[in-house]
Amino acid sequence: MTPQKIAIAYYTMLRAEFVRIIRIWSQTLLPPIVTTTLYFVVFGKFIGSQLAPIDGFEYIQFIVPGLIMMAIITSSYMNTVSTFYFAKWTRTLDEILVSPMPNWTVVVGFVSGGVLRGLLVGILVLIVSLFFTHLAVFNVVVLILAAVLTSVLFSLGGLINGVFAKGFDGISIVPTFVLTPLTYLGGIFYSIDQFSPFWQQVSMFNPILYMINAFRYGFLGISDINIWVCFGVLLGMLALFVGIILYLFRQGIGVKN
Amino acid sequence: MTPAVSISGLKKTYDTGTEALKGVDLAIEQGDFFALLGPNGAGKTTLIGILSGLVTKTGGSVEVFGTSIDADAPKAKTHIGLVPQEFNFNIFAKVIDIVVTQAGYYGMPRTEAIARAEELLKELGLWDKRNEPSQKLSGGMKRRLMIARGLVHAPKLLILDEPTAGVDVEMRLGMWEFLRKLNASGTTIILTTHYLEEAEDLCRNVAVINHGKILVHESMQGLLERHGKDKLENVYLELIRQK
Repeated sequence: MTPQKIAIAYYTMLRAEFVRIIRIWSQTLLPPIVTTTLYFVVFGKFIGSQLAPIDGFEYIQFIVPGLIMMAIITSSYMNTVSTFYFAKWTRTLDEILVSPMPNWTVVVGFVSGGVLRGLLVGILVLIVSLFFTHLAVFNVVVLILAAVLTSVLFSLGGLINGVFAKGFDGISIVPTFVLTPLTYLGGIFYSIDQFSPFWQQVSMFNPILYMINAFRYGFLGISDINIWVCFGVLLGMLALFVGIILYLFRQGIGVKN
Repeated sequence: MTPAVSISGLKKTYDTGTEALKGVDLAIEQGDFFALLGPNGAGKTTLIGILSGLVTKTGGSVEVFGTSIDADAPKAKTHIGLVPQEFNFNIFAKVIDIVVTQAGYYGMPRTEAIARAEELLKELGLWDKRNEPSQKLSGGMKRRLMIARGLVHAPKLLILDEPTAGVDVEMRLGMWEFLRKLNASGTTIILTTHYLEEAEDLCRNVAVINHGKILVHESMQGLLERHGKDKLENVYLELIRQK
């Protein structure tokens, strides 16, 4: 395929995904907005108003970046895992597999769908958060990079999950038992400085902690971890996930047969 | 002339240990209307899956119009249009969108894809249904939609895996006519079917596969003459029972 044809094929995948996300907006865009709004109300306003500021910021200002990031992570992941698994289950995936699109284009197509939904949800949650608190942007480059790279990472994660999933249980186990606990323990609601040294060390094994801190740095200019370390972890995980998914597609594992 | 399909020593063993293909050799000439016959589980769909890139082979080589699927799979795939046995389109998508989207996956610009979809949907009698969700089509219409989708990028080789299963007689005859015209215009066609009269009526050459091995591969007429039978069904049953 020529680069121009590859670009058309990629655009076709992205367009189809965009149409799907918008068509079923009540399933793809609305739920995370409702959930995070409840967090803003309960934790931000009711409980947060009684808590001391963290690093000079009101509690609700402190948790907003983490809640936006949580919405981005969950939406990106769920989009690729469900889209890919459903395509595999209904065999509509064959439409793509019989085409001359290179494997990497197919991967980029699915991942872009996840990123699209993740960022759309992130922007909508950000808009909703402005009804509850004032937010300034400390470093827009860090902010955008953290959001996009995290969204790409979890879209890749969802795709890997979709490849291995053998049933509908298989697409909900990781989000429920791995992703959700890691996200909640990833520093959305607290600073790890509040922990004992032991639990601070334990928290360092949670990759989501680095992403939330990078994103929070973009908004507030504060982070529990050095920002370069955050991006180092993010890029390292991205490289690992890209390698895994390309290997799976090249071998046809969970994709063909 | 380079064969449309050239298969040598093709093997496929699934992870479960099932040997679906046990060293298949097959050559299909350009412009042929070729029947690939065999009972359920014989290896037909696996063979088609390998040709079209849906199944990974375990051994052997496959070339499509001279292009090896190992060396340049994307190029080999541009030559192939697949009409699978099972309906596998998005049931919520509109008829025209299914065809246009498929063209996009082959890198066809959208305006060109819409024009091509219009041409095919009109030819296959689906133009009036173009804005209907595909789930609302009848069984026969769904089959025709699959053919339109398989042909949207104007492939040189069309693979039809039981395209008339569950289609009424009148519609089946219409499909036969369409496929005859398509073949006459130069498209090579591989047909798998359990309706043996369909294969006998349409195809010039035939291969019968069973338990992952090709039992016979020759011209339809030659096969009937050699076995002294007037119907393919009788030859087929003899072959399957013998082996």
